[in-house]
Amino acid sequence: MEHTPPPFFIRGPTPFVRLLLCSLLSVALLISDARYKYLDGVRQGVAIVVYPLQRLAGAPGAMLGRIGEFFVTQSALRTENARFSEQLLQNALTVQKYKALAAENAHLRDLLAARQRFPESTVVAEVLYTGRDPFTRKVIVDKGAQQDIKTGRPVIDQIGLIGQVTRVYPWLAEITLITDREQAVPVQNLRNGLRAVLGGTGNDGQLELKFIPLNADFQNGDELVTSGIDGVYPSGLPVAVVSGVERNAAYLFARITCKPVAGVASHGQVLILNREMKVPERPVEEEKPLRPKKSRRGS
Amino acid sequence: MQPRDIAPHEILLPVKPAFIVFTLIAALMINLLPWSGLFLALKPDFVALAVLYWCIQQPRKVGFAAAWLMGLMMDVADGSLFGQHALAYSVLAFTGIVLHRRVQMFTMKDQVLHVIPILLLNDLVVLAVRTLAGADFPGFSYFVGSVIAGAMWPVLCFLLRLPQQPKSPQT
Repeated sequence: MEHTPPPFFIRGPTPFVRLLLCSLLSVALLISDARYKYLDGVRQGVAIVVYPLQRLAGAPGAMLGRIGEFFVTQSALRTENARFSEQLLQNALTVQKYKALAAENAHLRDLLAARQRFPESTVVAEVLYTGRDPFTRKVIVDKGAQQDIKTGRPVIDQIGLIGQVTRVYPWLAEITLITDREQAVPVQNLRNGLRAVLGGTGNDGQLELKFIPLNADFQNGDELVTSGIDGVYPSGLPVAVVSGVERNAAYLFARITCKPVAGVASHGQVLILNREMKVPERPVEEEKPLRPKKSRRGS
Repeated sequence: MQPRDIAPHEILLPVKPAFIVFTLIAALMINLLPWSGLFLALKPDFVALAVLYWCIQQPRKVGFAAAWLMGLMMDVADGSLFGQHALAYSVLAFTGIVLHRRVQMFTMKDQVLHVIPILLLNDLVVLAVRTLAGADFPGFSYFVGSVIAGAMWPVLCFLLRLPQQPKSPQT
């Protein structure tokens, strides 16, 4: 006679089998994300679900901030106002000089028939929170695809470069800071025009110049600005100051550490540069004549 | 011989599924708060803690599916590799479900000593995935969050059991 256990005892597969299933699924996800980048659509979908939770979680803090703003004293506001007008006066001089120089520059470029620099539009974004992943250096800001932010756009604060937009969600964007280990910025030494690649170290407040020969002329205190040859960052943005040069003949390259000038780890508001760089097309590579294949077997 | 250090077993009301969902979402929201600086470095993973609690207390109700989905949400919110938290929380759910009878037998102090290694295992899985993907070791402060999470276990148990306390008989 057929005997089946009562439904109370039916528990499905054992925990170990379930663990195997879940692990396989996760590993499949990991590989397809890390290796083939298939999952951006899924990520966007889940991001839309998580977004209201994120805003809700941030709401009490934002409300406290607004209440705090309401109780700012008048004297504080007046001192701040005085400071700003003084700063405005000081900046006015620079702006006037800059305008004259820009006009002169445009004129000279016309004469030389050189490419004009493109006008830039900027978007002010507020940093919502720093990335929680301890392996990377990222911040999340409150502007996204809806505000026409695209990946690859440079991000600055009032002093200098802080990073690049690396992922865009509908209402949020993720900025990878220049201190991230995978981030590299092409820079130029302001003192002598030497070009180099500046990479992050994964530590806050430390950058490193990569692949610099031992005899290259870099000194403590040298200012580094973006060189603009990559077509991503406009040229001339301050990035970092050289803080330590170590030349050891045992190594191939000098070890040059730098400090970012902008408040890379501490900012409330950032500026996203929305610019289309028109880079001239790469020259077509000449077809190399096919070399006869070396035979594997020794003759 | 009198066995010592056995947890007093209370008889609790059955838990409401809505309450489980509520605590998991609340844990996710605490994780999503704008943490920064030192707090971020020391922050325990509340979602891992909540998933582990329910896997130990209610292994019939909360299991792999919930853990895995919470992991996916954390991955998106963190902007990290897709699937790393899902994998780690699956391992967490497995250890929780396998050990749930054992852990429930112990007193609170000894439960904490069980919970901390399980959470550290969770961290190790994430670390292994990221190391394979080419990241650097972020330093030992990475593990501090789990120890703090372990220290919060008694508080969590007290809070999450409150709605299950039987009403005292009217005298």
